[in-house]
Amino acid sequence: MSPASAALTVERACVGLGGRQILREVSFTLAPGEFCGLIGSNGSGKTTLLRAILGFVRLDSGHIRLPDGAAGGRIGYVPQKIALDPGLPLRARDVVALGLDGARLGPALPSRRRSEQVEQMLRAVGAQGFADQRVGLLSGGQQQRVLVAHALVRRPRLLLLDEPLANLDVRSAAEIVALLRRLSREYGAAVLLSAHDMNPLLPAMDRIVYLAHGSAVAGRAEEVVRTEVLSELYGYHVDVVRVHGRVVVVAAEASDQIRAAVARDPIHTAPVP
Amino acid sequence: MMAMPSNPGFWANEPVRVALTVGAGAALVCAVVGCATVMRRQSFAGHALADVSSAGGSAAYLLGLNPLLGFLGMAAAVAGLMEWAEIRDARERDLLTGVVLGAGLGLTALLLYFDATLGSASGAAVAVLFGSMFTIPPTIVPLALAVAVAALVASAVIYRPLLVSALSGDLARAQGIRVRAVTLTHALALALAVSLAAMTVGAILATALLIGPAAAALRLARRPAQALGLAVLIGLGATWGGIVLAYESFYWTPGRGWPVSFFIVTLIFAAYLLSSWVSSRDRTLRAAATCGEGA
Repeated sequence: MSPASAALTVERACVGLGGRQILREVSFTLAPGEFCGLIGSNGSGKTTLLRAILGFVRLDSGHIRLPDGAAGGRIGYVPQKIALDPGLPLRARDVVALGLDGARLGPALPSRRRSEQVEQMLRAVGAQGFADQRVGLLSGGQQQRVLVAHALVRRPRLLLLDEPLANLDVRSAAEIVALLRRLSREYGAAVLLSAHDMNPLLPAMDRIVYLAHGSAVAGRAEEVVRTEVLSELYGYHVDVVRVHGRVVVVAAEASDQIRAAVARDPIHTAPVP
Repeated sequence: MMAMPSNPGFWANEPVRVALTVGAGAALVCAVVGCATVMRRQSFAGHALADVSSAGGSAAYLLGLNPLLGFLGMAAAVAGLMEWAEIRDARERDLLTGVVLGAGLGLTALLLYFDATLGSASGAAVAVLFGSMFTIPPTIVPLALAVAVAALVASAVIYRPLLVSALSGDLARAQGIRVRAVTLTHALALALAVSLAAMTVGAILATALLIGPAAAALRLARRPAQALGLAVLIGLGATWGGIVLAYESFYWTPGRGWPVSFFIVTLIFAAYLLSSWVSSRDRTLRAAATCGEGA
């Protein structure tokens, strides 16, 4: 795919923070409307990669390319572990409206077009039932839907979500994944969603970016989630095992391998997921 | 509602008119800026700023300047410095705020001592710290109104970006909002609001006018605009009500009126208690209704 038509191109991106290499030569491309899982254990660099795409973190080298006009607020973003303050006098509807024009100065003037856009977005994420409740008092799954609506209402070409499934039960997680997959098609927005467990995403993913110790492999899930590929990425042998329809990545001789890895790289002691 | 003042002299009285005007400006601005301050969880910073402004107020009394200028100069300088320090960590910021508050009040202690020993302004200490609405010089009114308008305009300009920032700073940045500019503008509006509040109810009690009406309104309101409206109503009601009660109090204990600030703060406290009671009853009812529906 040519970088011009891609929703996101990351080329040999390197980020170091506080003398620690967080991302090493990460490269991948996302096509418009593609649904991509960003998978890796805690500390593998998922959040840093998302923050680099948003421009919150500067690259030491490499490039991140967005479609024209995607800078300056054209990326939809759902941050990690966001717990909306129950003290804020904002209804779900107000949060979505702020997604539309919250960067503008001055109070919003009443507009039928604006409220219709908001209403449509609330329907699209299935939030009509709690649109008039205070967001801070909604459940985790409901807040997640509201934040997705907040991010999508501007019709961005790229939607980034940082661990959106982390605090959800299995059913809510599956619902959110199905919802995001459908919306990415309808709105033509590429979705990059980080998670430490790939299983809830397997039925939906067009593409996977697998991060380990700051390095990444990208491709289709069946190409990437394989014993040889992931062993090379981790730098020691891991097995990709399928149990009860779930994919599990395990280190073969975990203790030896981890000891060896720790000796090589004393900072990255994170075991395989 | 409150009975109208029984003494016909109330409206004819110049100090009363000045108190009503400056008090209204302070209540209006504090209600609006206070809502933003409470939503940003900066109540303590607001309180500290008001306390520290007392050093400016007492310096103004010492030098024979417009006390509002003193409050304003000190509040703006300290707000600017605190923002310039740009401390992100909430705990560190809390610590710095506490330390600055202490240092500011220490300076106030010195200046008020000079006021009492060298200056001609008697009663400066009570006026600076606890307010003295019936002794506000009428010459202050134009400056007070200008300060009020500036604070309201600043708050209106950052209305939407501030709401997004209150939700989450990252969410705001991702939307292309310059969070630092929003924070700075709010800090400026806060400095203007506390200096007006310090002028009316005193530097120590300014927090009550800034935080009380906003806190009560935010408990009850469902929308931001509703919160602003309610906070303005509570703030104005308490301020005007306090002035009326203080005026009446001249007749309760003949020849000795009670301080206006006491009445204003008490009315605000009552409004806050009432809002807590209403909102908790509301939530219990709603929770019961939800359980009943099985939704």
